[in-house]
Amino acid sequence: MTAIRNFMTGSKHSPSAAAASTPVSFPANRSWWARHGRTVMIAFWRVVLFVVVMAAWQFTAGRLVDKLFISCPSDVAQRLAKWTGNGVLWANARITVEETVLGYVIGAAVGVVLGFVLALLDTLGRIAEPFMIALYSIPKVAVAPLFIIWFGIDVRMKVLLAAATVFFLVFLNTLSGVRAIEAELVNAGRLMDANKRQLLIKVIVPGSLAGVITGLRVAVPYALLGAVVGELVASNRGLGYLILSSASAFDPAGVFAALVVVTVIAMVLNLVVNLFDRHVTRWRPPARESV
Amino acid sequence: MTVVLAAEALSKRFLKDERYLVALEEFNLAVEGGSFVVILGRSGCGKSTFLNMAAGLTKPTSGRVLFNGQPKLGPSQEIGYLTQSDSLMPWRTVRRNVEMPLELRGIGRKERSLTAGRLIDRVGLSGFEHHYPRELSGGMRRRASLARMLIADPQLLLLDEPFGALDAQLRQALQRQLLELWKSTGSTIVFVTHDIEEAILLADRVVVLASRGRVVLDRMVELERPRDLEQPAMAVRVAEYRHELTVALREAAAA
Repeated sequence: MTAIRNFMTGSKHSPSAAAASTPVSFPANRSWWARHGRTVMIAFWRVVLFVVVMAAWQFTAGRLVDKLFISCPSDVAQRLAKWTGNGVLWANARITVEETVLGYVIGAAVGVVLGFVLALLDTLGRIAEPFMIALYSIPKVAVAPLFIIWFGIDVRMKVLLAAATVFFLVFLNTLSGVRAIEAELVNAGRLMDANKRQLLIKVIVPGSLAGVITGLRVAVPYALLGAVVGELVASNRGLGYLILSSASAFDPAGVFAALVVVTVIAMVLNLVVNLFDRHVTRWRPPARESV
Repeated sequence: MTVVLAAEALSKRFLKDERYLVALEEFNLAVEGGSFVVILGRSGCGKSTFLNMAAGLTKPTSGRVLFNGQPKLGPSQEIGYLTQSDSLMPWRTVRRNVEMPLELRGIGRKERSLTAGRLIDRVGLSGFEHHYPRELSGGMRRRASLARMLIADPQLLLLDEPFGALDAQLRQALQRQLLELWKSTGSTIVFVTHDIEEAILLADRVVVLASRGRVVLDRMVELERPRDLEQPAMAVRVAEYRHELTVALREAAAA
């Protein structure tokens, strides 16, 4: 029975002709600029773009448009410094980040698990799918009042609102990710005599990871959205509250400062997801440059 | 000689748009141990359908497949099946792909990596162990698939147009390697192709199929090995086989 392997692994008594057509690879030894030039240039122009927009904002404010509407970068920076100093920024940002992260983790976990289950139990999945899509289509702001009735106005309500938003995105992407696995790969696994568990772990899960990660990635800003919307609807803490209270006090610098913090949080979360993505899907062609 | 693989009144139909599509009808074939059988036919004659059932991937609508006299109920590593399309796991490197059958059997990391390394070397992919399939050419992927199939030590090899998409030189090299492998191991090979030259070069026996798996011609190829179809001493008989197979294929198309 081991005859084939012995043959195939035996001494190289016949230099394989196939080897002749194997491509050759060798170190490229390109200069630093040839390797990184484009990256550096793109980074440079990003900085330029940012500076230009900020300068334009600063120049326009108070001259062309009333500061009451658009504030200006220096006021916003001052406000950020002040809030950082007196602890307002950290106290409120922490609440929002906690709600976002907790909501994201809960929503993503339930979404992934249910996505796999309903994709593998195909008939059940087909039955449930239109209802899931209908629920997904409801704007989450519209159900916020209901969440207040159910869960009160404390942190729990925002966490669950964020989780509900995240859940559907992760769930639907996982579902289509598992369904999109090529039948050839599953058959290849079966031909290798993989049992059900091995098929799941070694073929179906890695094969659907692209879809799962798409869901995880697009859901990140929505977790933040859910949390902030929850705070806007009813709360006395968090960045959403900070935005609302600043706006009602006709304090545009406060609104913009809070928005800057929200933006920074969103970008940091995106960065984390991208790093994770790059780590687990190295086998895919690199995605186009994105934030 | 013992029969390794047998199809007995094998039928398969598929449901499509509320109509049954008959892919294979009452197909019979007995493949003897150690033989090299080439199934020749145009696309749509049920060749791949038969291989799918022989490998245990799909169940027949009626009839049965016997492997070593036992009804074939599901896939096993004793039968190696190289499908027409690429099926390397894109998230695994070449080596991790090749060693996958051993991994599923529960063989230790060290041993399977060693065995995989030797097989990769043998198919001429040394230096590419850590490449992902998308980084390889079509021919290299084919060779990696071949190595993955062979690492399981199959007793019976089912090959579905394995070299169809490759360039001529590479195809010849792999055909030679396959013959060497077959000669030295005594394994049984069922090889599907639509290429007459390939059939004459490789086969002990050629089975020409018309649609729904109707056997038009079942014939031994009695040419001594190693074969060189261009060799003058062989040319006359090769031409006769070529003519006979061409006529059979034509008849198959007309039917």
